[in-house]
Amino acid sequence: MQKFLISNLKISVISIVLFSVLFILTNANFYASEITESATATNPLHEKRLQNLSAEFRCLVCQNQTIADSDADLAVDLRKEIRTMIADGKTDEQIIDFMTERYGDFVLYRPPFKAQTALLWLLPAAFFAIGVMIFFNFVTKNKRSSQQNSNENSNNISENKLSAEELQQAKDLLK
Amino acid sequence: MKFNKYIVLVIVFFALVILLAIGLSLDPREVPSPLINKAAPDFSLPVLESQNPKELLQSNTNSKDNAEKVVNNLNNISPRDLKGKFWLLNVWATWCISCRAEHTLLVDFANKNPDVTIIGLNYKEVRGDSDIDSSKMSEETERSLADSRAKKWLVERGNPYDWVAMDLNGRIGIDYGVYGVPETYLIDKEGIIRMKHTGPLTPEIINSKILPTIKSLGM
Repeated sequence: MQKFLISNLKISVISIVLFSVLFILTNANFYASEITESATATNPLHEKRLQNLSAEFRCLVCQNQTIADSDADLAVDLRKEIRTMIADGKTDEQIIDFMTERYGDFVLYRPPFKAQTALLWLLPAAFFAIGVMIFFNFVTKNKRSSQQNSNENSNNISENKLSAEELQQAKDLLK
Repeated sequence: MKFNKYIVLVIVFFALVILLAIGLSLDPREVPSPLINKAAPDFSLPVLESQNPKELLQSNTNSKDNAEKVVNNLNNISPRDLKGKFWLLNVWATWCISCRAEHTLLVDFANKNPDVTIIGLNYKEVRGDSDIDSSKMSEETERSLADSRAKKWLVERGNPYDWVAMDLNGRIGIDYGVYGVPETYLIDKEGIIRMKHTGPLTPEIINSKILPTIKSLGM
């Protein structure tokens, strides 16, 4: 088991790095989500904050959307509520606390890294690394064994020299 | 070595089976409430008034019990008014189809458990109805429309509520973490939320969660 891990250490480290890169890329928000609502007083700074914050909260009605993307009644209400809180001068942290106090950690679109969610965060990377290790092990095992076979074959061939009699026989047959 | 591999595979298989058995029996849409064992958020909401209290009484089978259910001089209601009593907060609205399913159960529960106060939280009666455009409505219009709709509904289907608090804009719903009407909260004599159920009430919930909690906390 230890030999297995050590011999695949290089590969598993590379795979974890790759996985982390993929993870970071998929979590970066390169586009701004559109919120289509007529705000009574459009303060662009406030609206930007609203957009950023709403993208961090899950809509509990359509649970795989953020409050920024969802058209559900509750999402509309919560955006209004957050906009009011921003106008009141609440900090991001206060707004996040407001939401988690009422809806729990599940309302955070990105689950916080806590003891309870450690497995949630770490297992995918772990499974990926194990999978890659097994794959490479499988591939190189075949390679190794086939190399061994070809070594044996070349040894046999050098031993299998034709005797003078057999050489004459072969020449006759080839005429 | 082969034997070992076999054992490991079997163990992994059974571990997976157990994991799936537990996981598949859970409801992924259910969101546990962070309000359990916390104080019920405060509010002061207008109460559904009845011009004719008898209207609300007529629909109930046992009129003697319902003498208490007459909306009395209260104009507004708040959790503070209910200290010292066990109460259910049932979030409902006339546009909510699932609420109709649980309503008969609630009326039945109210009749069988007269010691438990039941407060209805009427949630976004007008704004929550997608058939109504409330954007240009005045506050008074919205209020009276909500009142009349709620009243009519309770007359037709029975009134289990001691009082109905009108949450027209759903702001109090947000404080209670409401995300899918109907929802029911059980609140104890000190005003602490002890249980929350999302979705329509079922006999199982009443018998296995509500009643035992009330009994264990001492009526």
